[in-house]
Amino acid sequence: MSTTSVDLQTHGHPAAHAGEHAHDPHHQHHFTTMEQQFDTSKIGMWLFLATEVLLFGGLFVGFGMMQARYPREFVEAHTHLVRWQGALNTVVLLISSFTMVLAVQAAKKSEKGKQVLFLGLTILCACIFLVVKYFEYSHKYEEGWLPGRFYSYKGDSIPACHAAPPGEAAAAAPAANAAPCTNGYATFFSFYFMMTGLHGFHILAGIAVLTWILFRAKRGEFSASYYTPVDLVGLYWHLVDLIWIYLFPLYYLIQ
Amino acid sequence: MDQGIATSPRIGDRPRPKKNYLNETKGFWSWAATLDHKRIGIMYLVGVLTSFLMGGIFALLVRLTLLTPSHKLFGKVLLTAEQYNRVFTLHGAIMVFLFIIPAIPASLGNFVLPLMLGAKDVAFPRLNLFSFYLWLTGAIMAIAAMVFGAVDTGWTFYTPYSTTTDGPVTLMTAAVFVLGFSSIFTGLNFIATVHKLRAPGMGWFDLPLFIWGIYATAIIQVLATPVLGITLVLLMLERSFGIGIFDPRIGGDPVLFQHFFWFYSHPAVYIMILPGMAIISELIPTFSQKTIFGYRAIAYSSVSLALVSFIVWGHHMFVAGQSQLATVVFSALTFLVAIPSGVKMFNWMLTMHKGNIKLDTPMLYAISFLTMFAIGGLTGIFLGTLATDVHLTDTYFVVAHFHYVMVGSTVTAFIGGLHYWWPKMTGRMYSEAWGRVGCALWNIGFNMTFLTQFFLGSKGMPRRYYNYLDQFQPLHAFSTVGSWILGLGLFITAAYLLASLRKPMDAPDNPWNGTTLEWKTSSPPIMHNFEEQPVLEREPYDYRPVLVAK
Repeated sequence: MSTTSVDLQTHGHPAAHAGEHAHDPHHQHHFTTMEQQFDTSKIGMWLFLATEVLLFGGLFVGFGMMQARYPREFVEAHTHLVRWQGALNTVVLLISSFTMVLAVQAAKKSEKGKQVLFLGLTILCACIFLVVKYFEYSHKYEEGWLPGRFYSYKGDSIPACHAAPPGEAAAAAPAANAAPCTNGYATFFSFYFMMTGLHGFHILAGIAVLTWILFRAKRGEFSASYYTPVDLVGLYWHLVDLIWIYLFPLYYLIQ
Repeated sequence: MDQGIATSPRIGDRPRPKKNYLNETKGFWSWAATLDHKRIGIMYLVGVLTSFLMGGIFALLVRLTLLTPSHKLFGKVLLTAEQYNRVFTLHGAIMVFLFIIPAIPASLGNFVLPLMLGAKDVAFPRLNLFSFYLWLTGAIMAIAAMVFGAVDTGWTFYTPYSTTTDGPVTLMTAAVFVLGFSSIFTGLNFIATVHKLRAPGMGWFDLPLFIWGIYATAIIQVLATPVLGITLVLLMLERSFGIGIFDPRIGGDPVLFQHFFWFYSHPAVYIMILPGMAIISELIPTFSQKTIFGYRAIAYSSVSLALVSFIVWGHHMFVAGQSQLATVVFSALTFLVAIPSGVKMFNWMLTMHKGNIKLDTPMLYAISFLTMFAIGGLTGIFLGTLATDVHLTDTYFVVAHFHYVMVGSTVTAFIGGLHYWWPKMTGRMYSEAWGRVGCALWNIGFNMTFLTQFFLGSKGMPRRYYNYLDQFQPLHAFSTVGSWILGLGLFITAAYLLASLRKPMDAPDNPWNGTTLEWKTSSPPIMHNFEEQPVLEREPYDYRPVLVAK
């Protein structure tokens, strides 16, 4: 805790600090026991994960609505995603979830070396995922399969973007919306980039917090008596993996 | 502790401690970097009241513009049509996102909730401070959006207008996104706090009903707000990338936006009203000095209101092109809302029945709440009924209905709660006489302003319109005069509350003879809330004299 809690503790609370025993430095002043503190943090994390599910939930619903609107276009457009790359990333993330579990186990058993090893492997998997994603994105960028008004595919395997019916476009569209897409392909790639992009952003955030707890694990901060951050980051990481487990079939396997 | 026969501690039972949360540490950073829930609550209070003032000024401006059909005052046009659109948008957006959503949970709730639980702080004090700074960031972004030309979409940001209009819509929606996360973190914090930081001996059904209300609110904040967040992100992307989800010109569906928006914003209405009900559940038993009638019914009704709030959003879209089947189902579900609301109303009234009622200012606000909520709630049934709603949609009737619920009910409860906990927060009593004057003006002004609008709406005056027919002028003028009385009442209230801060501390620990734990500590509380860990010995709302033999 920060200096504030130390400051608070010096004012003395006979009831809370009965006997003035030496307590765990991670023990915050407003919790009676470490166990209570751990359980509270867990509740907080689960609630946060619930908000994440709902955040992605909006996009999943939006995808479903648009797929119902453009069923043929969505199925055609998905054939341009490279299935083996998606499958590779799925495997990579599943492995990373496994190494994350091992890292939490190592923390629970106070095994510092294993913690560092498995956290490192988890970060490595996350990076592999992003590298594969980079190749996928740059391929789509080159082909012009881009979201919304940036959709500029000129090939013949799927139709290029049509302009809106001339009357409507001339009536209301400002210059920036000059050639809007109405054919559903652009919408498919809008959702592809939004959903995998938001997921990729969560992978990046995951790498950041994993690196942070890797350094703390190196300093030997986590042991059987205190491993809350490892546990919570683990929960977060599993959710990020789980979202990909839904994204993969939705985008790469739909028929 | 007590020897022989004793009643709850009253004035002079115990000397006021020299150090309290206000003077324990000093300087700017001791506030700006504080982790203390009481100080964070006070900072939120200052923030939301400032927003209330801003939103209020815009509201008075809207009313003043509508005083005459020519919009002229002393020969000059007060606001042009474009300015008028911006001003009512700013009024709505500020009042909803900056004021009323955080008002009760984040300010009074932050201050009182840990005290009521007998806890030293909320579960995650740093997250609490972070949430305040998110609120501040969102507020600054919203104000920046005003400075850079203001938004004219209304607070609902309906597409396709919001995706095509000029002005800093993206900045404004980004501000609301940030404010949403502030709200999520407050809710998350409160849920964890209520689950894990209750005083020894305090079970779920020993919680004060204020906590039940705030808990139900927190569930909605956590589960509904992320959907608003992603909707606003989609709106921003639609504006900047033309992703083709909401704008029909590029293959999108504008009704989908309305579904997304109301999936959050209907529950958000309960984020606004539930904390108000929570306060009333404290005020009525305390000032009747009588056990609350139907404790469990009120507790369950708070949670069931939270759950029902998630399945009624379609009633905002009866005429928006939703399927007839969906419309009928949403209408039927909407009537469910009346059940828990009615349960609460009858329980409050039965609590007062044969109670020892004291008409202090907070209780006057509580009684005002009962009448105004009855009007606001019952007119909600008119609007939930399909046949009448088709006629009343987008008229002043809707405006009057939701102002009765949000302002007449929630803000009334907020002001009542502010008076109730003012001695606890500041250590000072306010002027009771002026309090009654303020409450009377608030009631007269509010009812003049908004009861009138029911008539305007049922005669066909559409909401948000700049122009109106000459025949509506008398009612519009009456409503505008009401808004001045309303403003005067609030001005007087602000004046005597602020004036009380100049006095030396004179509030007893328990000025109202309340039974919940926040009255067991000093006024204002010490930094750690309690001298020693309080243990719950009696149920809340047990006003019988204590017989303690030791």
